[in-house]
Amino acid sequence: MKRKMIFNMKSLYRDDLRVYGYEFGSGSPSACIVGATRGNEIQQVFICSQLVKRLKELEAQGAINQGKRIMVIPTINTFSMNIGKRFWPTDNTDINRMFPGYNLGETTQRIAAGVFEEIQNYEYGIQFASNYISGDFIPHVRMMKTGFENVKLAEKFGLPYVVLRNPRPYDTTTLNYNWQIWETNAFSVYTCDTEKIDMVSAMQAIEAVLVFLSKVGLLYYNAPEAGVSEVIDESALITVKSQKAGIFIPRVDISDRVEAGTVLAEIINPYEGEILEEIKAPQAGTVFFMQDNPMILSHAVAFRLI
Amino acid sequence: MIEEIASAGLPVDEELSIKKNRMQPLHVTGKEKRFSLVTGIHGDELEGQYVCYELLRRIKEDKEHLKGIVDVYPAMNPLGIDSITRGIPLFDLDMNRIFPGNREGSMAEFLAAEIIEDLKGSDLCMDVHASNIFLKEISQIRINEVSKDTLLPMAKRANVDYIWIHSASTVLESTLAYSLNSIGTPTLVWEMGVGMRITKEYGDQMVDGIFVLLKDLGIWDGEVIEPKTPIISTDGNVHFLNAAVSGIFLPCVPHWNDVKRGEHIGDIVDPLTGSVSQRIYSPCNGLVFTLREYPVVDEGSLLGRILER
Repeated sequence: MKRKMIFNMKSLYRDDLRVYGYEFGSGSPSACIVGATRGNEIQQVFICSQLVKRLKELEAQGAINQGKRIMVIPTINTFSMNIGKRFWPTDNTDINRMFPGYNLGETTQRIAAGVFEEIQNYEYGIQFASNYISGDFIPHVRMMKTGFENVKLAEKFGLPYVVLRNPRPYDTTTLNYNWQIWETNAFSVYTCDTEKIDMVSAMQAIEAVLVFLSKVGLLYYNAPEAGVSEVIDESALITVKSQKAGIFIPRVDISDRVEAGTVLAEIINPYEGEILEEIKAPQAGTVFFMQDNPMILSHAVAFRLI
Repeated sequence: MIEEIASAGLPVDEELSIKKNRMQPLHVTGKEKRFSLVTGIHGDELEGQYVCYELLRRIKEDKEHLKGIVDVYPAMNPLGIDSITRGIPLFDLDMNRIFPGNREGSMAEFLAAEIIEDLKGSDLCMDVHASNIFLKEISQIRINEVSKDTLLPMAKRANVDYIWIHSASTVLESTLAYSLNSIGTPTLVWEMGVGMRITKEYGDQMVDGIFVLLKDLGIWDGEVIEPKTPIISTDGNVHFLNAAVSGIFLPCVPHWNDVKRGEHIGDIVDPLTGSVSQRIYSPCNGLVFTLREYPVVDEGSLLGRILER
């Protein structure tokens, strides 16, 4: 394992911003794995730390295939993480909406450019991401439909679902989108949580990445037979929205199978404790996404069902 | 007449309400032209607050001259304005990156869809911005080059100092202005001043310009000023000054000032060592139309923009 500084920036009074990549094997740039781009992506940095640990062991066993190089970048945003902010500390911009970056531009454009310069030539790119709507997901692989997406490859992670998304204009500056445009096979891996560690889905994600690396010929890894992924288009998910605002009490969990009319959650009057609304499943399905805030707004996306 | 155009419930005893004030003649025929003034998408941009107030004040003072409809939307992001927050609190994306909205999406995307529904069909819409808390801007209209043919003739009549025709970019396709222009509602983006402040002279200049446009549209038949002739440029004439180091920026030229190539613009200094970390010089002869207000800079922070001329 080699630790390589891939980006460094001086600050006025804080320590330097340092972005490190951990390299395993040598040869052609084969797979790059990126963890947290935002300061609250704690699950994502944890998963990468565990991947570094596992890859170090595997490398010591001679399990990295010759001529293949794997890099793991646990986080590119220590500055936000260390002060408990999701976005960049000074101007609140989102590094994951600055790709491919611009090395003569503003601060987060420069960070994105500096990192992208190092990671753009990899054959496979895997990012542990979080969604702009905060909540819990069934672990899945997400891909943008850019015309370059390769669904068959995404199935090699063996996660329960592969979700395809039609990019909106604001998606075109994410790492995943730009990796694909620069001809890297890019995948975003979502686990159950972001701001706290969900050990079960973290371990599932680590296993999925090792299985993937093995199946694309980068790693000798004796993995148990992975499950078969179901490929779904994001637009086919059933969105269940709240009509009322109040305290959100979920009555189901991620992955639960529900019938039409099943009560998914109750919204409670925060003063009088009465039920303001029962959020019901409009049709039978599996709970794919659930908002994770104990309070809920009206017109909010409370659930997405498959 | 104050109307609610969109609303959403907040968890504890509060309703988020987006409102507009509609001014119209006493007798409405149904054939009136409509002008919409929009501001407050970014909660830290306040220049438009004065513009809304002043426009309504002047119309109310001479209401007999009003021959069409003027809709004023002072707060597209009311939670942001009242909490000194640029974005919508509890929401990740910039509000000006989610248009035309989506009724199946988050609360913010739902509101964006309702806003578009209410604004569409205006004969002219003006979306007022005030830079951000970091940079001060001269009074200017920004036009995406894809809408240049429709918007430039109107922008020239707006009593603005500068019109910047910028290149198209996919990410900008989710702004309010792009979304409205793409459905045939002409929308001008006006930038001026600095975040969290109100520059009254810019506001007065803009309101004077709005009355010129209202008269052109047949919405106003009172006296109006003769509008200024603006400077017009494309991206190619604009030079960006970015910090090469972190530090404290001390400008030494005033905003909205002509500079010569090589002229000293300011310094980035290090208060711990008492030294100058970077001296900033003008790359061209031109006009400093953007100048940094907020002194702390990171590497890359924008210090200013100069329009070469």
